[in-house]
Amino acid sequence: MNKELRRISIVTLAMFLALFVSTSVIQVFAVDDLRADPRNVRTLYASYSAERGPILLSGQPIAESVAVDSVFEFLRVYPEPELYAPVTGYFTLNQGNTGIEGAFNDFLTGTANEQFLDQLGALVTGQRPQGAAVQLTIDPVVQQAAAEAMGDLKGAVIAIEPATGRILAMVSTPSFDPNRLSSHSTSSVLEAYDQLLADPDDPLVNRTIAGDLYFPGSTFKLLVAAAAIDSGQFTSTDVFENPPQLQLPLSTRVITNSGGSTCGGTETVSIETALRLSCNIPFAELGLALGQDTIDDYATAFGFGTAFEVPMTATPSTYPQDMDDAQLMLSSFGQFDTRVTPLQMALISAAIANGGNLMQPTLLDRIIAPDLSIVQQPDPVLVSQPITRTTAETMTRMMVAGVSNGVASNARIEGVDVAGKTGTAENGADRPYTLWFTGFAPAQNPQVAIAVVVEDGGGRGQDGSGNQIAAPIAKRVLEAVLSR
Amino acid sequence: MSSTDAAGPTLEAAAPRVTMTEAITIKLRTPAKLRNLELLLLLVAIGITGAAVALVQLGAIGELDLTIIGYGAGLGMLALGMHVVLRITAPDADPFILPIIVTLNGLGVAMIYRLDLAEGYVGWEMAGVRQMVWTAIAMVIALAVLLIVRNHRVLARYRYVAMLVGIALLLLPMLPGIGQTINGARLWIQVGPFSFQPGEIGKIALAVFFAGYLMTARESLSMVGRTFLGMRLPRGRDLGPILVVWVAAMAVLVFQRDLGTSLLYFGLFLVMIYVATGRLSWVLLGLTLFLGGALIAAQTLGYVNNRFAAWLGAFEQQNYDAIGGSYQLVQGMFGLADGGLIGTGLGQGRPDIVPLAESDFIVASLGEELGLVGLFAILGLYLLFVARGFRIGFNGTDDFGRLLAVGLAFVVALQVFIVIGGVTRVIPLTGLTTPFLAAGGSALVANWIIAALLLRLSDTVRHQPRLVVTDDE
Repeated sequence: MNKELRRISIVTLAMFLALFVSTSVIQVFAVDDLRADPRNVRTLYASYSAERGPILLSGQPIAESVAVDSVFEFLRVYPEPELYAPVTGYFTLNQGNTGIEGAFNDFLTGTANEQFLDQLGALVTGQRPQGAAVQLTIDPVVQQAAAEAMGDLKGAVIAIEPATGRILAMVSTPSFDPNRLSSHSTSSVLEAYDQLLADPDDPLVNRTIAGDLYFPGSTFKLLVAAAAIDSGQFTSTDVFENPPQLQLPLSTRVITNSGGSTCGGTETVSIETALRLSCNIPFAELGLALGQDTIDDYATAFGFGTAFEVPMTATPSTYPQDMDDAQLMLSSFGQFDTRVTPLQMALISAAIANGGNLMQPTLLDRIIAPDLSIVQQPDPVLVSQPITRTTAETMTRMMVAGVSNGVASNARIEGVDVAGKTGTAENGADRPYTLWFTGFAPAQNPQVAIAVVVEDGGGRGQDGSGNQIAAPIAKRVLEAVLSR
Repeated sequence: MSSTDAAGPTLEAAAPRVTMTEAITIKLRTPAKLRNLELLLLLVAIGITGAAVALVQLGAIGELDLTIIGYGAGLGMLALGMHVVLRITAPDADPFILPIIVTLNGLGVAMIYRLDLAEGYVGWEMAGVRQMVWTAIAMVIALAVLLIVRNHRVLARYRYVAMLVGIALLLLPMLPGIGQTINGARLWIQVGPFSFQPGEIGKIALAVFFAGYLMTARESLSMVGRTFLGMRLPRGRDLGPILVVWVAAMAVLVFQRDLGTSLLYFGLFLVMIYVATGRLSWVLLGLTLFLGGALIAAQTLGYVNNRFAAWLGAFEQQNYDAIGGSYQLVQGMFGLADGGLIGTGLGQGRPDIVPLAESDFIVASLGEELGLVGLFAILGLYLLFVARGFRIGFNGTDDFGRLLAVGLAFVVALQVFIVIGGVTRVIPLTGLTTPFLAAGGSALVANWIIAALLLRLSDTVRHQPRLVVTDDE
């Protein structure tokens, strides 16, 4: 009987081992998946009953939790709601979280794996669980300047520190008031949410990284010029034919330069001059000569097709594929179907400013635990090197000329070399233009790269230009950085 | 095989044992090391329970409610009373069994009470208070069993009575009038205000019957039969009992709609017949019969089919939304995940989100608030309890006692596996109660009786002279 008993003991032990394994799997290995399940209401309750960490700018909260007398114990409050809503996003009871509130939810609630020891300590000491503070790279002065410069215009401004990728300003207009969405009344949250969602101006969309994306217009010439020079196929002084108008191959469509004349009045025109005066025809010719594969390679190296995580996920910008010659020529001065985020255009300027090195854009300065120890403090990350330092220097020189002696004149700042490129993108026959400026300053020691986009022609339909509307906005933001 | 336990002095063990009274007087004169160990562990167990209840109160209502703690202290006194009875009537009984079940029972009460607080119940509405009363009743009945059953061999005499009682209890809920369907399973009887799950007591009766029957039949069952494919198959006329048990198990499955109980009884029978006869052919035959029956049931009975679907595709929305689907299972897993390694702390989690958190899913509730660490401790306690039962099986001198001990210990192990395995998706979820932990009076009484019988068996095993070590290998 003992032999059988021993076997039964082993079977019993195996049954218990199965239970030890199954409980371990559920309580340790599958925890993240189970917590992330949208049907898990515990995650929601937990995110409320713990004191959610604040979102800080240089130590000052732009989102914080205050104790209230309710079952949820804490209410999320945004002291400057409209100014920072594109960055903070919203935090709701039943509509999810966006922006930093969503991207760093684990840290803010204190449930991130990195905070395990703190949780353990809190358990032992019986303290209320507390989330970590997330400090951002946004400079309040620059953000304020950008928002004021945009005023009532619809569009976006993003400013980046070229050497580190730190995002100094992220403005998207019109904005919204996240306080309306952090209410504990699910019905009023739903009402506010539906209202914001139905707003034709899409205030919930962060236009710097997402939304429907924009045609880049002439700002795309930066990428074509950089590709032409960096590939070694052309130099900045190579010339192209300079007709006042050009019929596209196998098409009835005729393109002109802005203004309808030749580019600078000479018989031929160099890449340098074409960029400074932002002429379309020479770039159409250049793009055709360069070929779409080369341009596509450079676009990819500059970040097209990449969903940058800042840490909110940015929509990838796209360069069209399989174009015929006419489409390639159109796309080479920013028309046809190239679609970009302001972030992407700012990254092109930032990479040129940083000697050809593209840095990972980020909003995160550091994550600080409740005991003030630092949980995370990322170092700058190099994403790619789309162009050489020499190409970057050539591009800088051409962009400085564009501001000092070209069509981007409204970005000039007294005593500082500003590098820049304007853009005025067409959206269709009767639709207002999209107005652009991207650039950086100071040209020799860049502290900030910027992209400004203004929708609906800045209220002037097809009469406004990037230099009239977008360049002055960029100028005010650049000044805000330079006078720090 | 040797016994390394700190049993009584060998002198005493070798002393001739004429009557029961004499044995008792001898025991009283020897230093009761085992009982002192038991007392120490029991105090720890009572301490753990008291601390758990206090933590629950602090966690859930932020203050101490002395009335409830007073009730708990009463139960602690009852446990100590049981210890005193053991000192007198079974001084050589296993010292771990009582502290283990007091700890499990106490943790269960604390968790059930904690869930009452979450629901805002007071007084008699509280399942926790009712559970305390049931614990007291179960302890008194266990005491009675200890006092009445002075020699377990007496039970062997009543094996056929046990069979009738077992089958009657099993089938009782099917009687119209008193049978009651709760949550889809017809396992309860209702007489006046009292509802009772007779099957829980039935499993003890059946274990007694199996042990008694196999004690006499094991020779013929193990020796006779035709050899086929290297296995000796049982004779046709020996197949009777296994078929009877199979039919009973299938009846439970089909008419009472309870997969877990059916599996429990049949598993108990298979293990006991295997231990008695040492023949794998019985097990294979039995498993084939049961799996065949269960497979047909899965095809034809909607509820069995649902259970399988909810098990395999728990996270599919369709199963999650279905009535009798995986909602409860998935919510239980969310709770466990929320507890993680160290748990949320007693009174700090939200186990009340899960339906039946105090009975079928008490393990998920405990896992949420005590964490994986707590569950491991609980599983460890069960494992130790079962191991003590098996130990009696190893050390026993009479077949009946050995089989009964193994059967009783295994039925607890199997029940733990079926319930916790169901909650953690090892096997399909069925509606059994977690021994000692879950809310439910009948189950508590039954499990305390099992514990009392194991205590009695362990005492008999220890104070009998083991002149000849028999090993039939």
